[in-house]
Amino acid sequence: MFRRASRSLRTPFLHPRASFATRALGRLPNSQSPIVSQPHFFNSVTGSNEQIPAFRLLDGTGVPIEGADLPEIDEAFARKLYENMQLLPNLDNILYNVQRQGKISFYMTAYGEEATIVGSAAALEDNDEVLGQYREMGVLLWRGFGLDNVMAQCFGNHEDTSGKGRQMPVHFGSPKHHFHTISSPLATQIPQAAGVAYALRRTPDRSNSVAACFFGEGAASEGDFHAGLLLASTIPSPVVFIARNNGFAISTPSSEQYYGDGIASRGPGYGIDTIRVDGNDVLAVLTAVREARARSLDQGRAVLVECMSYRVGHHSTSDDSFAYRARSEVDDRKRIDNPLVRFRLYMESRGWWNAEAEEELKSRLKADVLKAFKHAETQSRCELSELFTDIYGGEEPWNIKEQREDLARLLKKYGEDWEPWRVELQKFKNKGQELSTK
Amino acid sequence: MASLTRLTASVQKSRSASLLSSYRSLRLVRTYATADNGHTMTVRDALNAAMEEEMIRDEKVYVMGEEVARYNGAYKVTKGLLDKFGEKRVVDTPITEMGFAGIAVGAALAGLRPICEFMTFNFAMQAIDQIVNSAGKTYYMSGGNVPCPVVFRGPNGAALGVAAQHSQDYASWYGQVPGLKVVSPWSAEDCKGLLKSAIRDPNPVVFLENEMLYGVSFPMSSEAMSDNFLLPIGKAKVEREGSDVTFVAHSKMVTHSLEAADILAKEGIKAEVINLRSIRPLDIDTIKSSVKKTNRLVIVEGGFPAFGVGSEICAQIIESEAFDYLDAPVERVTGADVPTPYAANLEDLAFPDTNLIVKVAKRSLYRTN
Repeated sequence: MFRRASRSLRTPFLHPRASFATRALGRLPNSQSPIVSQPHFFNSVTGSNEQIPAFRLLDGTGVPIEGADLPEIDEAFARKLYENMQLLPNLDNILYNVQRQGKISFYMTAYGEEATIVGSAAALEDNDEVLGQYREMGVLLWRGFGLDNVMAQCFGNHEDTSGKGRQMPVHFGSPKHHFHTISSPLATQIPQAAGVAYALRRTPDRSNSVAACFFGEGAASEGDFHAGLLLASTIPSPVVFIARNNGFAISTPSSEQYYGDGIASRGPGYGIDTIRVDGNDVLAVLTAVREARARSLDQGRAVLVECMSYRVGHHSTSDDSFAYRARSEVDDRKRIDNPLVRFRLYMESRGWWNAEAEEELKSRLKADVLKAFKHAETQSRCELSELFTDIYGGEEPWNIKEQREDLARLLKKYGEDWEPWRVELQKFKNKGQELSTK
Repeated sequence: MASLTRLTASVQKSRSASLLSSYRSLRLVRTYATADNGHTMTVRDALNAAMEEEMIRDEKVYVMGEEVARYNGAYKVTKGLLDKFGEKRVVDTPITEMGFAGIAVGAALAGLRPICEFMTFNFAMQAIDQIVNSAGKTYYMSGGNVPCPVVFRGPNGAALGVAAQHSQDYASWYGQVPGLKVVSPWSAEDCKGLLKSAIRDPNPVVFLENEMLYGVSFPMSSEAMSDNFLLPIGKAKVEREGSDVTFVAHSKMVTHSLEAADILAKEGIKAEVINLRSIRPLDIDTIKSSVKKTNRLVIVEGGFPAFGVGSEICAQIIESEAFDYLDAPVERVTGADVPTPYAANLEDLAFPDTNLIVKVAKRSLYRTN
């Protein structure tokens, strides 16, 4: 029982249950379960009636809390963390408004979750395989994806390296950055992450990588979550599950999403090392995910991290959250539990940051984002013929060829002469020429 | 509901199993009288051989599913693979279709070539989002960045006495989805050649087997016995040539169609029998050529009639130039449009058999447009 021994040694939150200490009565056959003579019901993974504790290093004003062991980070790394965190609201501000102007169909902001996303990204190695849910653009940016790639994806133009303009905005993907293509149906990435980690374990030169899987507390209600954690624990593989518990699944508050102790309480049910962390404390997230990653690699097993945060923004541009929560609640959270402010105050206390640096950063980021936006806005869409590529690898089936030939025939006939088509064709790279000249 | 009327009006039928056994003793030997070496193989062994050969050939290929390792598979299709390849490549999983289908998809996205066995495709519905939305669409959605070379395989369609929730044919469900390839093999040769092709294919392939065929022996040519025997996905096979009426069938209905052709032959009617082999891509050209020759088309399948494989073939034929060659309306012989009943007499009435195919073929022959 090496696994159990190592788990109880390494997991500080799992206390032995005193009430079960009746070894004299022996244990069940084929189980380690001690036999007791009194009926004992339980409904807590902590062994007491306390909720699972949340790991934190900095308080709301950026001051280390009592007993905190801060990770050793230097000024350059701290600046990188902060700049990446600050980049998210700057991008969100522009793209949210761009969507409102009707220039893109959809967008999702990460307001309030900057520390969870950037702290996790910083704790992972850049070649760890990331399977995101949709709000993890910050991981890609941390890895150098770049603003132009973000804009190209959101606009679906011909420079879109994620998917040739075939996916909704924020459905990024980049093999180069080890970031798997976002899948809209919730939680499908969770069992897939177990499969990716299984593949990593089977690939000799990838034995130092983990799969990191992000999902919200709402997605954790999907069957795929339970299936994924079960399979990751029974077919052991190095995967770090990162639950972003931001309080809301669109309009459903987490109080209606589950009755138990959050997402973390489910980890031990699957035999998975688990920690709950203050998701608005970037240093705590960094520390927790680093340790989770190390455990996952060391044991070749899954680890679960639940990051407690608050979704300050609306769920997406299709949502108006003030229909189900008070504006004052959001304003309060922004003010008293702001991940950006908390880390900025810490940096200032170290002499690494000041008001000037803040001003400079904000104006630089805004300018960078606007530049990328203006570039993306003027780019054409992918070639029209890309409509029919990448449906199948290898030999192209007849039905794909037939459709392409049909469109080419129609373009030849009407492309120049029918006003709506002539106008629309201008938007495509090559203006559909590659089809109609064939 | 022409098919239902036909079915319930059909003459009393014997159980499919007895049809199969009579088939085994009579029909096959004659079909393959020209087979060159006397080799025979069951469908089960052919599937097993295909997996074994491909696992030897490519380290990335592995099998996972419920009971595939220690128990050798619920239908023993993976027999012996655990002993040969070990636990890393023959993986038993908990009973969570969406879980192990998801793992298979994830492993494929990360570069492995998983074979995901479902105990039956009836249970794969609990994982259908992974198959359709993730496996089927990721290559396209990622702009060609990320292929998903996974094979989902297991028994499909009605078996015997297992009632509504174990007796459905999913060919038309998966056949709807761009990005998936769908194979429905009949013979041992089909199973070996097509499963090997499916495993090597860069796309997700849904491989629909039939429980009642697992134990059936078929002759195997020397070619089919070889390690390099591949059959192209997307190509049908004319199992029997004829000039009077075309039967198009897949999976077990090929057996009944060949038997029907035998009966018709005694009356001087020459039926051509096309074994579809693939549902998607659909080899419509082979069907068109046949229809142009015979001028009559009867499509036979074990699935429900509505929006089925037969409906699609019928639509494609009447949309094409082959329509002009039809001398009678296209006929579909299908399962009844009811959830499959358990009671043996009712179950028999719910699926096509040889006599029904003969009857419908004659109706087609004695009618004209």
